[in-house]
Amino acid sequence: MSEYAVGPRRRTTLMARLVIAPLRGWALIGFGIWNAVLWSLVLTSVSLISSMGIGLLLLPVTLAMLRGTANAARRLAKAWGGVEIEEPYRPQAPELAEATGFVGRLRRLLAQVSDPQTWRDFAWAILDSVVGVTIASFAASMVIYGVYGFVLGILWPTLTSAGMNDWYTFVHVSKSGALTNLGWATFPIGAAFIVGGAYAGPALIRLHARWTAVLLGPTPKAREAALNRRVARLTETRADAVDTQAAELRRIERDLHDGAQARLVAMGMNLGAAEALIDRHPEAAKALMAEAREASAKALTELRELVRGIHPPVLADRGLGDAVRALALDSPLRADVTVDLPERLEPAVESAAYFAVSELLTNVAKHAHATEVRIDLWHRDGRLRVTCTDDGRGGASTQSAGSGLAGIERRIGTFDGVMAVRSPAGGPTEVTLEIPCASSSAKTSTS
Amino acid sequence: MRVVLGEDLYLLREGLARLLTAHGLEVVAAVGDGPALLDAMIEHKPDVAVVDVRMPPTFTDEGLRAALDARSRIPGLPVLVLSQYVEQLYARELLADGAGGIGYLLKDRVFDAAQFVDAVRRVAAGGTAMDPEVIAKLLAHGSAREPLGTLTPRELEVLGLMAEGRSNAAIAATLVVTERAVAKHTSNIFAKLDLPPSDDDNRRVLAVLAYLNR
Repeated sequence: MSEYAVGPRRRTTLMARLVIAPLRGWALIGFGIWNAVLWSLVLTSVSLISSMGIGLLLLPVTLAMLRGTANAARRLAKAWGGVEIEEPYRPQAPELAEATGFVGRLRRLLAQVSDPQTWRDFAWAILDSVVGVTIASFAASMVIYGVYGFVLGILWPTLTSAGMNDWYTFVHVSKSGALTNLGWATFPIGAAFIVGGAYAGPALIRLHARWTAVLLGPTPKAREAALNRRVARLTETRADAVDTQAAELRRIERDLHDGAQARLVAMGMNLGAAEALIDRHPEAAKALMAEAREASAKALTELRELVRGIHPPVLADRGLGDAVRALALDSPLRADVTVDLPERLEPAVESAAYFAVSELLTNVAKHAHATEVRIDLWHRDGRLRVTCTDDGRGGASTQSAGSGLAGIERRIGTFDGVMAVRSPAGGPTEVTLEIPCASSSAKTSTS
Repeated sequence: MRVVLGEDLYLLREGLARLLTAHGLEVVAAVGDGPALLDAMIEHKPDVAVVDVRMPPTFTDEGLRAALDARSRIPGLPVLVLSQYVEQLYARELLADGAGGIGYLLKDRVFDAAQFVDAVRRVAAGGTAMDPEVIAKLLAHGSAREPLGTLTPRELEVLGLMAEGRSNAAIAATLVVTERAVAKHTSNIFAKLDLPPSDDDNRRVLAVLAYLNR
């Protein structure tokens, strides 16, 4: 049996017990019925492969439906039952995602079919139409059946004469034996059903969520494979991070050495010479001092550029939103920026996102032949999202050399960030970055 | 002329105070952090405030915020902002109220004392003094964006010099043309940017704002 995390139990109100739990029960019954349709569809498309080959066209569609349904069930289990279920699918290889044509589709299908979780999903769809529906039926019907007991107890003469069933559990309402009217006997039973339903309803919904986790959660083997993938990924991104860091330090060292340092040496020399000359040749000394002043201005300019490359001042002052606005102002293109961010994000993520956007804008200006670009920044569910959309000629990809996109992907990879590029030939290009990060209101303090 | 000075580095603060005093300006207060600066500006209502952007306590844009805050309480209070770097974003924020009396210069500009003091006086008189680096960045990107797209290259050049705070006479000298030619350019610029007729100084500020807002 797979493990699952149970979320914090919320305070359950009477309303939730009497109304919401049964409604969810009904919804889950509907879900189970849909599953019955679904597994039949999958089965049909599998059987059609041998007979006519149409199955090959149908199977990707039905499998996509199956996966969508399974994912919806995982979300419902979390939302209603408080049971968190990880998606245990094998990740799709990036070259598969971009493969086109018949062969590409076939390879994608094979990859999906060879993922054991696909068949666990299938087994779940079959069993859920029985097990899930059974559990859900109790949640759905107990309270209602209890209420029905009261209705039948009062209105049985009308109802039975209209041809309705005159049994309520073991009470035969119209044949009352010694007592002429045993209708009231349904009251305590109905009340018991309502109370029982109110107690059991939310628990049954949670039970249903646990049932979902049995087949839709990861097997120990899948969990281990996921961990192995994670370790491999971390090793790779760590190596990238170390390389990037080292390259950055080398660049800074070189810039300082060839720039500000050299200028300071020249200034010192000029001032020394001026000192020696000032009594005998005041004019020459003046010229040297003017030169020294110029060198100091140049050194300042170079240091300013260097600082901008390390940690841009606006980013330090105002955070990512305004820093990106400042970038947009400096861009040769018409750049619109929308920002929906908390005050400050983690400093490291802010910096990574800033340089990613900077690189994206440079890319657009260099390669896209665009006139307009839109940057949207927002933060939701613990993730920072950045989209950059331009009206250029498209055709960008992480594979194409010199586009810089691969570099961005590598650098945000250190933060478990991911990048998606949608850029059909002819445009437009949309690049989306997603980086997990918490918000923090701490301000960077540098003087 | 009374000046309030806000700069957290002691050496620079003293140096600036000495420089301004030497040029006949009176430094009524020299403070080293944001809140003290805001208080000094409100208390002294100086003819001009010379303000560093990054100051304690947060070491972010404390000085800029203090300047904007003071101007919201004392409209048009002349402020010259000094910084290690210039950002169009901050230039726009400073000019946004359209009241003029704004300077935004790199700290290096202090090296040329005469020009710097000239900028201080210009700002005190309600003019603008944008750093040439802000202007250079704008010009580097051409002017594809509206409404500046309608300006001729020459008019853009004139507008850039206007943003730096030069008078028509100074612009004429820089571009080696007659002052009348410059006046013609400026009135063309005002017309193209659709600026309502008002006193020339105010229109110059609005034109610069339009320039930065492109």
